[in-house]
Order: sequence, then C-alpha cells, then structure tokens
Amino acid sequence: MTMKNWHAGLLAAGFIALTASAAGAQTLRVGLQEDPDLLDPDLARSFVGRIVFTSLCDKLVDLGPDLEFVPQLATEWSWSPDNKALTMKLRQGVTFHDGEPFNAEAVKFNVERSLTLPGSTRRSEIAAVASVDVVDPYTVRLDLSEPFAPLLAALSDRAGMMISPKAARETGENFSRTPVCSGPYKFVERVAQDRIVLEKFPQHWNADAYPLAQVSYLPIPDTTVRLANLQSGGLDIIERTAPADLPTVRGDSSLKLEQATSLGYQGITLNVGNGPRADQPLGKDPKVREAFELAIDRTIVNQVGFEGEHTVGNQPVAPTNPYYAKNVPVPERDVERAKKLLEEAGHGRVKVELMTPNAPDSLRVAEVIQALAGEAGFDVSVNATEFATGLDRQTRGDFEAFLIGWSGRADPDGNIHTFISCKGGLNDGKYCNPQVDEHLNAARTTTDTAARKAEYAKAAELYLADRQRIYMYHQNWFWAMTAGLEGFKPHPDGMIRLEGVSLKK
Amino acid sequence: MLAYMARRLAVSIPTLLLISMLVFSLQLLLPGDPALAIAGEERSPEVVEAIRERYHLNDPVPVQYWYWLTGVLSGDMGESIRSRMPVTELILSKLPVTIQLAVMAMIIALAIGIPAGIVSAVRKGSGWDVGANVVALSGISIPNFWLGIMLIMLVSVQWGLLPASGYANPLEDPIRNIQTMIMPAFVLGTGIAAIMMRHTRSAMLSSLRADYVRTARAKGLSERVVVLRHALRNALIPVVTLGTLQLGELLSGAVLTEQIFTIPGFGKLIVDAVFNRDYAVVQGVVLFTGTAFILMNLLADMLYFLLNPRLRA
Repeated sequence: MTMKNWHAGLLAAGFIALTASAAGAQTLRVGLQEDPDLLDPDLARSFVGRIVFTSLCDKLVDLGPDLEFVPQLATEWSWSPDNKALTMKLRQGVTFHDGEPFNAEAVKFNVERSLTLPGSTRRSEIAAVASVDVVDPYTVRLDLSEPFAPLLAALSDRAGMMISPKAARETGENFSRTPVCSGPYKFVERVAQDRIVLEKFPQHWNADAYPLAQVSYLPIPDTTVRLANLQSGGLDIIERTAPADLPTVRGDSSLKLEQATSLGYQGITLNVGNGPRADQPLGKDPKVREAFELAIDRTIVNQVGFEGEHTVGNQPVAPTNPYYAKNVPVPERDVERAKKLLEEAGHGRVKVELMTPNAPDSLRVAEVIQALAGEAGFDVSVNATEFATGLDRQTRGDFEAFLIGWSGRADPDGNIHTFISCKGGLNDGKYCNPQVDEHLNAARTTTDTAARKAEYAKAAELYLADRQRIYMYHQNWFWAMTAGLEGFKPHPDGMIRLEGVSLKK
Repeated sequence: MLAYMARRLAVSIPTLLLISMLVFSLQLLLPGDPALAIAGEERSPEVVEAIRERYHLNDPVPVQYWYWLTGVLSGDMGESIRSRMPVTELILSKLPVTIQLAVMAMIIALAIGIPAGIVSAVRKGSGWDVGANVVALSGISIPNFWLGIMLIMLVSVQWGLLPASGYANPLEDPIRNIQTMIMPAFVLGTGIAAIMMRHTRSAMLSSLRADYVRTARAKGLSERVVVLRHALRNALIPVVTLGTLQLGELLSGAVLTEQIFTIPGFGKLIVDAVFNRDYAVVQGVVLFTGTAFILMNLLADMLYFLLNPRLRA
C-alpha cells in the first residue's frame, strides 16, 4: 500500500467509524476505578470485585438502601433463643448458571468452602460458624460456637454469595477464571486489565426485573479519563467520580448524578501502644489527643479537601447510619481550649509526624490538618508514603499518626471490632480499653437492634473519649451516568445493583 | 558464522541470569510488604499469612529465586499474585497490543517527520522551515500525558469523534480497533516525528550540498527528481537507522500512553504489576524484555555481518 492509499484507507475507516452507531442499547458499560482481582467470592479482596459480584452472584441476604437486610436467596431467617443458631428458609426453583440446582446442600457446601478453602478471605468473617446442618432440602441451619450477630451482615456480602458446587469442584483453584454463580447475569469473558463481560441469565428467579441484556465492566483508573469516557458516550455509568469533577457532571445536561454516604470512614489512626513510637505526647496522653481533635475543624477539611462533597462525622459510622451514637455528636473546633489542654498537660509545642498515602487527596487533607493543628500548638510534619509501605509501617508500629480509612461493612461491628478491641486483627495502634471490649462483645451476642445500639452508644462514649482514632469524614459515593439510564438506586455500600435498571438511548 | 552465533548465544545465557538475579535482589530494596499490598483492605493477619505461604514470600530471597528459576527452566514463569493468571499467558496476550501501537506510532512519525524534514531542508530559512522547527520543538517538549489528556478532551469529549479510551481486538472489530488506537498512536508518534524531522532536515541539508546533487542539477534534472530521487535516498539511510533505534524508545513511551488511554498492553501490564507489587509479573516482564533485547541485538549483529562484506573477510 502506498502512503497515499494508506491515508485514504485510514480516512475512510474514520468516516465509517463516525457513521457507525453505538453498541446495542441494552448493553450497559460500567467504568470501574480499578481492575478487580479474583472473581471467586472466597478469595476476592478488592472493592471493585464486589461491584462485579453484585450482578454475577446472588447472596443469601441482600442489603437494602436503608441498611436493613432483605431476602435474596434466603426468603426468611430466624435466630435461636440463645442466638447460637441461624435458620434460613431458601428460595425454591433457583438454578446456577450451569443448570445445577440451588438448595440447602449447596449452602452447606458454600459455607464450608468459605471456612476451609486455603487462603480464604472469608474465613475470619464467619469463623463463628461451627457447623452447617441441612434441615430439609430448602432449610439450612448455621450452628455457631458463640452468639455472633454480625453473621447476617457477612452473609449479605461475599461470604453469602453462592457458587455452583459442581463448578467449584470441577475447576478447583481455577474457579475464578470462569465463575459460576446464580446471579441475574452470567460470566462471558474477562480480558485482564481491559474488561469483564456478563450477559443476562434468562433462568434467573427474578429475570424479569433485569431489563439489560449485557453488562461490561471496564477498569479506567484515571478519574478524569473515566469521566471523559462517560461524556463521550464510551461508558454509561462510572463509579467513584471525584468531587472535583462534580461541577462538570452537574453542568452537563446529558448526564446525571446519584450519591450515597458510604459505610466506611476516613480518619487518623494514632499509635498509642505499638512499640517505641507510641512513646510521645500524642501517643501517651489523652489530654494531648483531645487538644489535637479540638484543633481540627472537620468542615474545613471537607471543604478544602473535597469541595465540601463528603459527609463530616466523628464516629466509625456516618451520622446517617442507624448505629450512629447520638450521645456523642461531632465536636466543634475550639483552639483556645486546645491550647489550654496542652498547657495543662505540661507541653509547649508538640511535634507530630503525620503519615499519609502519597495520593493528592490525602496530601491535601494532611496539609489542612497541619495548618489547623499548627494554630493550637502542634508542629505537624507530613510524611507522604506509598500506600503499601504505609500499611507495612502501620502494622509494624513505625508511625505516630496515620491518615487512613476503611471502606466499611454493613454491620457496625465490621467497622469497629477488629480495629479497636484489644486483640483486634487490625488494631495497629494497639489501643486497649477492656470496658470498650465488653460493650463491643455484648453487641455481638444479641440480635436485638435496640440493645445493640445501646451497647454501641456506650462503647462510643468510651473510645471517643480515649481518641485513639480521630474519625473525620465519610466518603460519599458519586455515580455519574448518562441521562438515559433509568432505575438506578444508590446504596451506601457503593455497589451497582442492576435490578430495574434500563437504558434509553 | 555458526560458531559466532553459538558464541553469542552462550554469552547471552549468563547475561540473562545476571539480569534475573538483579531483579530479585532489587525486590529487597522495594519498601512495603507485598503480601500486605496484595491483601489490601482485607489484610487480616491470616489472609496476609496465606499469601506469604502460597508465594513463598517467607523464604529468603535466594530460595525464592531458586523456585522461580526452576519454574522458568521448565517453561513456567509463575502466576500473577493478584489475578492468578499464568505470567507467560499475560505477557503473550499483552504484547501484540503494544506492538500494534508502536507500529502505528512509527508510521505516523514517519508520515509527519520525513516530509516535514524535506520541506524545511529544501526551503531552508523560509517560513516553512521556521514553522516546522517550532512544531518539532513543541513535539519534543510536550509531554505525552498532557497531549493525551488534551486530545481526549478535544476529540472525544468536545467533538465526540473517537472513543476516549479502551481497546478492541483488530480481528474481531477492526474499525473500533483503529478508532481506539489512532489517538494514542498519534500521541506516541508526534514525539518521534519531531526527532525524525530534525534528523531528516540535517541529513537532507548535507545531501543537497553534495557533489552528486550538483551533478544531477547540472544534467538539467527537475528539482523534484533531484530532491526526491537523489538527495532523499542518501539522506534516508541515517534516518532509517535512527528509526530502528527509536523502536526501543517507543516501547517505553507506550507505558505512559497506554496508561492514559487505558490500553491493555505491555506497558500497562508493567505499571499495574509494579503498583500491585505483583512480583511474579514484574520478574516475568523483566526476563522477557531482557531476552527480547538480547535476541534483537543478536539479530542486528548477524544482519550487519551478512550485509557488510568487510566483516566477513
């Protein structure tokens, strides 16, 4: 081909491309922030993976928009009087994508797999399950070694996702490459770092509620590029739109925006007992920590860091959450009192090293804190660290204060227990208050919501006074989507549920 | 000839071993625990421990190296820690994408750089020359990521002409493949076009001053024939050499461009693997690249050997 012909060819291709219509109206293209890891609910670790699972795998229980548990594969459930057994009635007539039936045996297989599969990331979430009994083909009972109310929440996430026992046995370790579940959409293909494609499963028990024929998940890490793809029609919906991009979305009549306050939190973890680096005023003295908290204005942090688009808070759950302890509201900034407290504690200016992930958002927040705390007498030095290194240092106790968050769980236990109970697996600041533990453990053993709320309120009063963690704000999920997308309901868990979602082009 | 090749190959093996050892020791310098990075938010102690066990991260580096080396010798480069995909499969599936991008970028670079170089040499000192030089200088100075984002904003968002990112298999959807590759190839090609332009220009200028060009003109040949047939042919030889040298440059430039346009190629594989601390992939990529470079060098040497009679004597 000569150069001239080649150019002509390219030009022609360009014109054909321009006139070619968009993909079929019933394929939804979802822009994800990153590429999911393993598509095996028992081995998966990433947040984006859960977004894909939401359409691929049905769960025993689902989480409603108001954080109440609603039936999915289990139609009803009940706790034994001693709260040590959970009995679930299962939906009948459900089949997996490979045609295998879903029943009590399948649930038994799945729960046991979560508990025994080597490298299972679910084991710790349902460790309280001692045995699974098949009561009848559609009734299953989970017997617990001790009462554990958060079990239901675990079953509303990956631990409750049901995979085909036959496929799991046949593919073994390679299950994640061709996952077989019973969700409204079944797996078609995955091209690493490029796309995951699912198509409608017509035999799904609730197939009529899912109008879309196909879903493609496309990982696009750069938020600006992700939005550009949405604006140019390459995507139909994107998750985690950056607050800075929201004015663009709001100003574009071809787009719309949905939002929900996340289940997680962002804050500062202080090292109060993990090795020699806890041995400094902020780690040792609750009065200094109180001064530090009083120096920070959460609203300013939210304003400067995120255009005021996130939700300010002072607890592991957002003020919108039913488990928010109303007895300990968000404190106001009080620089004078902070100064006085430092004086009482016998300190002049207090040096603090604030470690932060080296992402622009975190750095901005760290700098605001530096400025605010500076006015009250803290010399904050910001130490920007690559994320994995930060986690490593945090685990080893090589930090004074670390700016970090948690994506959150449906049950408040998942936001609190492992982080601040004395022996909590993620208690990297080594905080320990036996009284707090008592309340947190009590909240685990009862299934009565009012009683649990009371226990969490008592615990909050204590650990918020100790201030080992200074909770600052809760991220809001922002989904930007094309105006033609209808029926999307925002959920606080950040998932994209496709029930009732359709596309008009 | 055969003895020469055998000698060269024999030398390549210890070189590759040395490279792989170096990569393994570099891991020690990387801060952060890979098992923690991979476990991410689900970093409960038992999950982290399970990852360490499975990928031998608890073993001393020489032992890890031994596991890896014996695997490679039996044709197994290991599996990605993050996705559990075989590393060999990952590399082989990403490579064609990057090669296509590089080839397209090179075509764009040649299509812009050579004509621009000729024009500015022939009309030295004119407005064309100055203009081409300004464009070339900008081409070299503008960073790929900036140009990429600007193009996405203009071409995709404002004009809605091309997809902002993504990739389609050329065998399944050739039109979409061209649509998605043309912008990144352009971004990648412009930097090289600028270098090409400057080299073509200087080579052309010296060709135009050569005796054979004066002879050609004296024979009364048209200016067009003088420039394109006589001067350009000789001027192109160093430019072609430069072009082959730029191929390596293209591959490294592809790393950034693939990231901006979300093209699932070799460059994106490397970047993601480094960020995810996916050691097995990083090691596989380094070994693969090392082998490719050694083989390319070998090939080039052999070609030189064949083409240059003086070496054979």
